[in-house]
This record gives sequence, C-alpha cells and structure tokens, in this order.
Amino acid sequence: MSEHDVLEQLMRGSLDHCVKCTICETQCPVSNVTPLFPGPKYAGPQAERYRVADEPSVDASVDYCSGCGICSMVCPQGVKIAEINSQARNKLKLQKGYPLRDRIITRPTWLGRAGGGPVAPIANLTIDFKPLRILGEKFLGIARNGPAPDFARQRFSRWAKGHPSPATGRKIVYFHGCGTEYYEPWEGQKVMQILEHNGFEVVVPKQDCCGLPLQSSGLFDDARKVVLRLARNLVPYVRDDPDTIIVGNATSCTLMLKREAREILSLEDDPDLKLVSERTYDICELLLELNDRGELKTDFQPVNEHIFYHAPCQQQGHWIGKPALELFALIPGLEVTEGNARCCGIAGTYGLKVEKYDIAMAVGADLFGQVRESGATEVACDSETCRWQITHGTGQKSVHPIDYLHRAYGL
Amino acid sequence: MRGELHYDAVVIGAGTAGLVAGARLAEGGARVCVLAKGVGSTHLAPATVDVLGYAPSRVSSPAAAFEEFATARPDHPYTRLGFDAIAESVRWFSERVAAGPLPEYRYVGDLERNTLLPTAVGALRPSALVPETMAAGDAAAHGRVCIVGTRSLRDFHSALCATNLRRAGLDARSVEIEIEVERADQNTLGLARKFDDPKWRAAFAGRLALKLQAHESVGMPAMLGLRDPHGAWSDVQHRLGRPVFEIPGLPPSVPGIRLYEILRSALRRAGGRLVLGAEVVSAERDGSLVTSVATASAGHDARYAAPWFVLASGGFGSGGIELDSRWAAHERVLGLELRGVPEPGQPRFLGDYLAEQPMARVGVAVDGELRAEGAENVVVAGAALPGAVPWREGSGEGIALASGSHAAQLVLARSGAPAGAAA
Repeated sequence: MSEHDVLEQLMRGSLDHCVKCTICETQCPVSNVTPLFPGPKYAGPQAERYRVADEPSVDASVDYCSGCGICSMVCPQGVKIAEINSQARNKLKLQKGYPLRDRIITRPTWLGRAGGGPVAPIANLTIDFKPLRILGEKFLGIARNGPAPDFARQRFSRWAKGHPSPATGRKIVYFHGCGTEYYEPWEGQKVMQILEHNGFEVVVPKQDCCGLPLQSSGLFDDARKVVLRLARNLVPYVRDDPDTIIVGNATSCTLMLKREAREILSLEDDPDLKLVSERTYDICELLLELNDRGELKTDFQPVNEHIFYHAPCQQQGHWIGKPALELFALIPGLEVTEGNARCCGIAGTYGLKVEKYDIAMAVGADLFGQVRESGATEVACDSETCRWQITHGTGQKSVHPIDYLHRAYGL
Repeated sequence: MRGELHYDAVVIGAGTAGLVAGARLAEGGARVCVLAKGVGSTHLAPATVDVLGYAPSRVSSPAAAFEEFATARPDHPYTRLGFDAIAESVRWFSERVAAGPLPEYRYVGDLERNTLLPTAVGALRPSALVPETMAAGDAAAHGRVCIVGTRSLRDFHSALCATNLRRAGLDARSVEIEIEVERADQNTLGLARKFDDPKWRAAFAGRLALKLQAHESVGMPAMLGLRDPHGAWSDVQHRLGRPVFEIPGLPPSVPGIRLYEILRSALRRAGGRLVLGAEVVSAERDGSLVTSVATASAGHDARYAAPWFVLASGGFGSGGIELDSRWAAHERVLGLELRGVPEPGQPRFLGDYLAEQPMARVGVAVDGELRAEGAENVVVAGAALPGAVPWREGSGEGIALASGSHAAQLVLARSGAPAGAAA
C-alpha cells in the first residue's frame, strides 16, 4: 500500500473519531444561514458512511459546503471533516458534470492574462458594465453583484523583473499568487520591500495558479495538474538549500501548497509538492518567527489608525493562530479591533456563483455588521478574495496586514 | 527556519481549565500561548458552575460540606487546592463574566448554597453559580412552572421534563408551541441566533403568552440569545410579565458557547494567544523538564518553547487520557505517568453504568503542587487531574476554575526561578 493510500484511509478513518458532539455545527458559517447545507457533521462523518468507492455519489447538498475548513480546525477529535466533504463534492461534480462557469472563474491565470496589463482599463470597464454582468449571470451563472476587483495595468512579475532584490546572500523565495500578480501588484511590492528591509534577497520564480479555485469547485484533475506545475516551478529553489524557504501573502494559496493539495487532492506521494509544502510560510507566520528570534527589524514609526482585523478561515486553517495580531502589537499607535465573526462568505469563488451569492452575503452579514459597529477606518485581512468581499459588503477599504508594517517601517 | 516560538508559559487545552489558566497567566504579565486541538468542553457542558453537588448524598451548601468531603479524600484535587482557592477562583470568574463581551450578562449564586436547577429530563441538579438566565429555575423558589417546548427542536421534550419535575414534587405542566424555523428542525444554537433578533423574540413571546396561565413561571431550553443573552432574557421576561428560566440540554450548549466567548475574551484582552487546530504531536525534554512541544500546523510542525507548561487537555471524555485496546491507559499529550489505574486483575469497570467506576479516578500523577510526576515544569489542571469523579460529585467546574487558577498562580510565583530550583 502506498503512502497515499494509507493517508487516504486515515483521512476516511478519522470519521470513526466523530463523537457527534456538534462542535463543528456550531461553527459552520454556511449551515447557520441556509437550510440548503445541512452542516459539516451531517454531510461529513455521518454521510460518509453511505459513500462507497466506485458506486454512484449519494450526495445532493455537499456542493453548498464552501470549503472554508473551520469544521476541521475546531473538531476536538481530529476528524478531517472539510477534507471528507471536499472529496465527496468532487465525486458529485464528476457525476453531474461541471458548468462552463466553473471552468472559467476557477482559472485566475487565464482571466488575468486576458484582462490584465495594457487592456486593463477596457477590461475593468467591461467587468463593471451592468448589462454585461446581467448577461453573465443569465447565461453563465456568475452572480451579477459578486465582487469583481479591477485588473492592474502592470502585472507584479513585470514590476519585479525591473526591481531585482539587492544580493545579500540570504535568499528567500516569494510566491505571490494570482491576486498579487493580476490585481494587487502593490501588495507584492510591499512584501518585497519588507523582506529586503529585513535583509532578505527576494527571489521571484516564474509561477502560476496554485489550483485552489479548481479544487474548491470540485475540478480535482485540473487542480492536480495546476498545483504540480507550480510545485515543479518552486522546488528547484529550495531543493538544494535546506535554509531557503518560500513565503507568500495569499494565505489561502499558501495553505493550498502547505496542506490542502496534499490532503484533499491526494498528492501525498509527490516528493516535489511535499518539499514545497514543508518549506512554505505565510508572510505573517514568518515575520512573527523572525521577531521571536530577535531578527525582525522593529524600527517602527507610529501608525495612528484604528483598524478592524478579520482572520480569514483559510488563514486560521494554517493552525498557527493569528500571527497578524501579534505583529500589530509591535506597531506604536495602531489600535486594532479583533473581529470574531466566522467568515466573510466569499470562500474564493463560492460567492461569485449565482446560486450561492445570497448565501455568501448572509454568511458575511455578521462580519460586515461588526466592521461597521467597530468604527474602524480600515479592515485588515490576509486573503485577497475575502478583502474584496469585505469591501463589497461594507464599502470599507481593506488591505493585507503587512500594509501596516510597511507603513510603520516608512518604506 | 526552525519554526519555534518562545513564551513564558504554554497552556495545552482550551476548555474551562485551560482558558482560565491562560487568562490568569496573561493577566499576571506572562507571555502565554494556549494551544488546542479544537474547541473544548465548554460547547458541550451546561455552563453552570458546579462546585460540590453530591458527597455522596445531595449537598445543599458546598461551603458547609467541603471540610468533611476533603478530609475523606486525600487524593482529591479539592483537598490539595483548599476551599479558599476555590472561593477565590469563583470570585475571579464572576468578575470576568461581568467585565466580559456579553453586555450585563451575569452569573448568580455563591458557595454557601446550591441552586437546584431542572435538567432537560426534569431531574434537579445542584450548582453553586448559574447564569442569571437560569436562576429562576431554582426549585426552592418555585410555585407553578410551565415548561415550554417546540416541535422544531427535537432535542427537548417539554412533556418529559414537566412529568419528571412533578415526580420531584414541583407543580409543573408543559406546552408546545409552533414556531417558524425555516427548516425541518433546529437545534438550540440556531434558535439562540433567532432570539438575538428583537422582532423574532417578540413574535415568539406573543405566541407563547396565549398559552400561559396566571402565576406560573416559564422554563424553556437554553437558547435565549448568543450575542446579548441578558437583553434577550430580560425582554422575554418583560413581554411575558413573569420569571423565565433557561434549561440546559443536549449539545451544542448555548450557555457553554457564551462561557467560551467570555473566557476567550479574557485571555485575548490580557494579551494571551490562542491557537486552534494545534494538536500537540511531540515534546522535547531535558531530563525532568519539558522544553518545547510541537504542533501539527499546515505543512510543517510549529514548535512552542517555554519554561512552564500547563496541561489542561482533559480526561477520558476529551481524549486527553485514553484506554487502548490492550487495556493500558495513556496520557496522550506528553506521555505522563498516570495514577489511579486499577491493578492487573482488579476490576476496571462495573456493570452498573452509574456506579462508582474504578477507572473514573484515573488522572495524571501529580505532586502536592499539582505538578506532573517526572515533569516538574508541567502543572496539571482540570479533568486530567486524578482522584475526582466530577459527574458524580458535581464538581467539574469547581475543579477547572480552581486548578486553572492555581496553575497560573504557581507559574507566576515561580517564574524567573528555573523549575528545577523550585523543587
């Protein structure tokens, strides 16, 4: 039996640890706002008993799981609830077929290449053009009101080519993801400047999508191809140097590399992905660790702002707590309200799908209300799709937590 | 990268004992990190503070019964902690509830007298402190009571509850009302979120008022709001013009989720960290000291180093202690020595489920300061302690509060001096 088979059986076997305590049900953002999803326990460990390999799917509702992963994190018994549900969704979708829509919105690279760069102004007008959005909803099922960020005029990788890091010999590999590449190149610039300020020589390899949107829509075969291509691109930079790590600011994409691709897509056997997974860090995770070792520069100027912090589900899925909060505490003058809402609702592409848009907004309502009540001027959040959703739901500006470090450094 | 973070103290477990230890350590100025595999026992328990309910017959005053109880049980955590420590921790807890995130929500009661609250099956259960939303259920205070249920809540049967309360001598009857819950059935958590909405609870109270008789108080499942339970409970009482009380029942526990939010907030406010999903998978030792623990974070292990650890990972119920298929018991987090395991050949379990079960007193072997045998910088708190049978004694929260507080105070007092030097 291969390592992969053993792990798959362990994952499935974890359902036997379920004691039906319902803690996952208390935390599920989706089942708490809609009867369309019966909840993680019901769809996960309970329904799993009826799922037989090579037999037709027995599911109907599991596609309404947004894949946020909170259930697995809070389970006191270690049941892999979200992972079990994700695989059940894949089987359901394989059987039912994938809508064309899911093949489009799960390809940020295609979208970015089509709409980003010099054509961005036109593409952005097109995306904001209401009649077209209505047609998109009618014919494709892309929610007309779903958050649609603007394409950037210059891709991050183009900028990075013109701004090589000064050689310090202390190399670090930067995985910027598609959000930074096509929509928010300034976040990548800030990441690079913060890392350079702390003495790192930042290397930006050729890279592509991590496959998470494909995986969360149940297109596992495509997702596998995409994430393995990314792993092949990244692995040469870390293979021969045990001290080099990969760092990313797209927290859901780093989680995909770290764990989700291996567990959900059953890619435990792939040695390249395994190495990349072990060496990948979330940017805030890295900076907190540097601070613990006394290696983080703390020449911070005051940032006199009151901000609201929302730790996205996928950030919490790293199982490292909320390092951004510890970093904020280092910045003089920064007042932070920590939200305790479960989820913003978007879950990557979930809230863009017409049949799920209203659910996503209902999930986010709690968070949006907390943001408004807090009186904060800005929202900090580690995931780009969550930021877009928060801005969509509240009208408030939202940025990555590292923005405040960047400001405090005066870079 | 080594993946290591350093703290003054690391707490393992986020149930009541772990969160109390973490919050009090942080309040005492320690840099503290609470690690937990998942959300803990709070979400499953009624959230009353049971200090001493049975010894073995029902106790009416924990304060009065304490001395005799402790003297007869030299290995009980209470005997080592002492009554004053319990009283102090209960005071601290009440203050944190009052200063917590739920506006005006309070616990009421004290150690002088147990409140007798109805359970979901209509038994009477003794607790020292109870959420104000349950207090009117005290059997001693009662005239007539009407137990209210709804068909959409399958976990609570008002007729069963009322029938058994009548057997216990109360003047109880039951009613069921129909409410719209937008699905076939709901649990108390889904209903509690609805009770947070003033319009919804006004409609609920309007419908219920038609079924009530004069001079009866109202008992209903514990579901009167999550965000503002004081507001929801006061509003429903006001609209019905009579005392209303919550009856805790099957998980998920709404009052337990409130309790978790209160303790989590106390930890965060004092600057403590909480890391969920962080199952401890290994530990490093230097002789009799634990130097660091590793947790399974995504991709690579995360390592947490500290001069002190508080083990609050629970007993058999939480999986902190397990009995394997060869009948051997283990402490699962740090592999610590256990105490109270029946000798080979002696009975481990008895046929009567509710009898004095021989395995029930198993816990981590500790010294007089509740430090683990063989790991002197590990202080044990909560259900991992040996010598108690909380579900028979009605002592679970008393042990959790007092031992969590004790662990924090011990660590704060010894910090600076290496653990070994303090021995």
